[in-house]
Amino acid sequence: MASLTVHGVVKSYGSVTALSGVDLTVPAGVLAAVLGPSGCGKTTLLRCVAGFERLDAGEVTVGDRRVAGPGLHTPPERRRVAIVPQEGALFPHLSVAGNVAYGLGRAARRSGRVDEVLALVGLAGYGERMPHQLSGGQQQRVAVARALAPRPPLVLLDEPFSALDAGLRAELRRDVREALRADGATAVLVTHDQGEALSMADQVAVMRDGRIVQAGPPAQVYGQPADAWVADFVGEAALLPGTVHNGVVATPLGELATTGGAPGAATVLVRPEQVEVLPEPTGAAVAAVITRKDFFGHDALLALQLDGGGEVSARVFDAAAHQLAAGQRVGLRVRGPVLTFPN
Amino acid sequence: MAVGIAQLPLVYLAVRTIETARQRGIADLFTDRVPALAARSLALAAVVTAGCVVLGVGSAFLVTRTDLPGRRVFGVLAALPLAVPSYVAAYAWVAAVHLVDPLFGFEGFWAAALVLTLCSYPYVYLPAAAVLVGADPAAEEVSRSLGRGSWRTFTGVTLRQLRPAVAAGGLLVALYVLSDFGAVAILRTDTFTRAVFSYFNFGLSRPALVLATVLVALTLLLLAGETATRRRGARYARVGGGTGRPASRLRLGAARGPALAALAAVSALALGVPAVSLIRWFGEGVSRPGSLSEVSSATANSVGISLAGAALTLLLALPIGLLVARVPGPVSTVLDRLSYLPHALPGVVIGLSLVFFGINAVPRLYQTGWLLALAYAVLFLPLAVGAVAAAAAQAPPELEQVARSLGRRPIAVFRTVTLPLISPGIGAAAALVFLTCMKELPATLLLRPTGMETLATRLWRHTTVVEYAAAAPYAALLVAIAAVPTWLLVSRAGVLSKGGD
Repeated sequence: MASLTVHGVVKSYGSVTALSGVDLTVPAGVLAAVLGPSGCGKTTLLRCVAGFERLDAGEVTVGDRRVAGPGLHTPPERRRVAIVPQEGALFPHLSVAGNVAYGLGRAARRSGRVDEVLALVGLAGYGERMPHQLSGGQQQRVAVARALAPRPPLVLLDEPFSALDAGLRAELRRDVREALRADGATAVLVTHDQGEALSMADQVAVMRDGRIVQAGPPAQVYGQPADAWVADFVGEAALLPGTVHNGVVATPLGELATTGGAPGAATVLVRPEQVEVLPEPTGAAVAAVITRKDFFGHDALLALQLDGGGEVSARVFDAAAHQLAAGQRVGLRVRGPVLTFPN
Repeated sequence: MAVGIAQLPLVYLAVRTIETARQRGIADLFTDRVPALAARSLALAAVVTAGCVVLGVGSAFLVTRTDLPGRRVFGVLAALPLAVPSYVAAYAWVAAVHLVDPLFGFEGFWAAALVLTLCSYPYVYLPAAAVLVGADPAAEEVSRSLGRGSWRTFTGVTLRQLRPAVAAGGLLVALYVLSDFGAVAILRTDTFTRAVFSYFNFGLSRPALVLATVLVALTLLLLAGETATRRRGARYARVGGGTGRPASRLRLGAARGPALAALAAVSALALGVPAVSLIRWFGEGVSRPGSLSEVSSATANSVGISLAGAALTLLLALPIGLLVARVPGPVSTVLDRLSYLPHALPGVVIGLSLVFFGINAVPRLYQTGWLLALAYAVLFLPLAVGAVAAAAAQAPPELEQVARSLGRRPIAVFRTVTLPLISPGIGAAAALVFLTCMKELPATLLLRPTGMETLATRLWRHTTVVEYAAAAPYAALLVAIAAVPTWLLVSRAGVLSKGGD
């Protein structure tokens, strides 16, 4: 178990800058997620940490060992940083046990470590199988077991669940997190799926255009996003124009309480779960029309057009609200204080 | 280094050409004969390559992707012409035609085109069949689901995936035709190689040198053309993990009969005619006195020298092939192309240049089998480089990166991951080179140690003096021995194991 420190890392390919000064700190034993849209440089960051790419500037430290920096490039095999690639990349000519044992010394192979990690990922007894005899999810479990087997201080996961179906993904996420915890490994997960990042990680770093724009615990990144872009990227959000004065903000949804925020014009963040939907547009409620309804079973997401202009979405959970349909007129109320970002 | 060794003959050729040009003046080098020879050689290469692509891709598709009856048998038969040296086939055709109509002269351009096409279409068939067996059927299924019919899917998706394999195979065929000597000599077609050989034979080194130089220029043009049409950076590997399913087979329906007849006709022409001709003469050949000991010593010589040649070739091809596959870029492209160059030179030029090299630089090697093995390596490097590069594509770089991240040094990664994955391809390369060494004639004639007779040289010697019966046992043995690596090659290509069901 070791901490990871990335400081000021720059990497470009010709005229394309993939990383423009990345700073990231992951304490020992923590599972961190690097979350960002496609092409933001998150996979490049992973490859730089693993040692497959040389840095143009900056440095990478694993534990107390500097592995990359000015004039220093430790080759991948000496970094003790294991990687789980997107598609698993199992060695097709080796059995499951052979794959898992690949990074182990002779003594460690005999010590039963292979069976131990296979059990850890829920594949006890699969050692003799060949990779092509496994399902996609099982292959990915083997890839995780192979990475964990030599007890690396740091494990990197490159969108390891993106090729799997939703049900399998949720189950595998839980199992992989348990396996990582059980082994005490520090891990960095790269993903573009905000649900995956928020649910799996102890710490989330949001990346955009080759830079980390915000890092912190999932609840903090979701609840106090650094700017409107992060707010929109980490979850469903309605961004409305507003004006802040005296602790309240005037918006198309009425005057709402806000925490802090400098007076003046601002962008107001309203999360769907903050919006309460009343069957009738009565009293203090703001009138709106339902334009779309996405039903998920356990809840439903409504898209709403405000009479005063602007659009918001609302998440509704109770059975009564599920009767609502597109085209219906309703009243809206906002629960709790909202966040504002000065323009 | 490996490429450097392969360039020895070229360097020799350049030095001698410059020498001659300085003495005689450049204009003096070009006679009326050069354009005529160039046109005929190029036309022959074009016709044969086109024929090989049609026959090779067609039979590969029929064998691997349809419900054709007897496709496993045809899968093997289609590869077997590799085991028939072009000069054996040419001789067998001449003899067979002579049996039917003694007055009809089977010779000239179209006779050479027919025989060379039937001999060399496996160079396209084998890689095409391997790609068809290994390709991800999902891409074709997607195409069908997007409303493309089976024919448009074949031309728009399947053929596109085949493109690199067919291009490489077609390039080999074209180079093979440009450098073939035995068949065109027997069929009296005047091409560069035949002209070069006869000039050398008469001790006229200057015109031979000019022709060889023009031939090198033609080869360069061919390589440049192939590079220009190849889409840069395109990788045809399967995207995504998981495991492949075998492709579903096309139901031929009413086309079954004609397809079957077409394949049977090709096999009959490529294998049946030489076989009938050989069998007819074989009986007379073996009854000759003293032939058995002569045949067995020639066999041992052939196998030994071919093994040495194949080993040396692979040793040189391994670094080039890996570099070409892994580090795409201008440097590796140049290296790859350079290794093709000597292949297009006639074996005569390679042979004589190495005689020159042996006498002047390494007299200890001259008159040993090592110099001949070196000639084989120079000649057949492209075969091996192509196979190694294709095999290296079976071991994607991601696997090596994962292996290194697990703490293995690059050399250990190569041994435990790369090598096991590419060794089937390396095995195929070795078989292909060994096979081709067994068949090689002109360089063997020039470089063998005095008194050493191989199957090929004995066959040639008897054929040139019209001792058809005496030549027959060597031809039959040569075909039988060469059939073994052909069998290995076919089973590696997966045509056998996955061709059925």
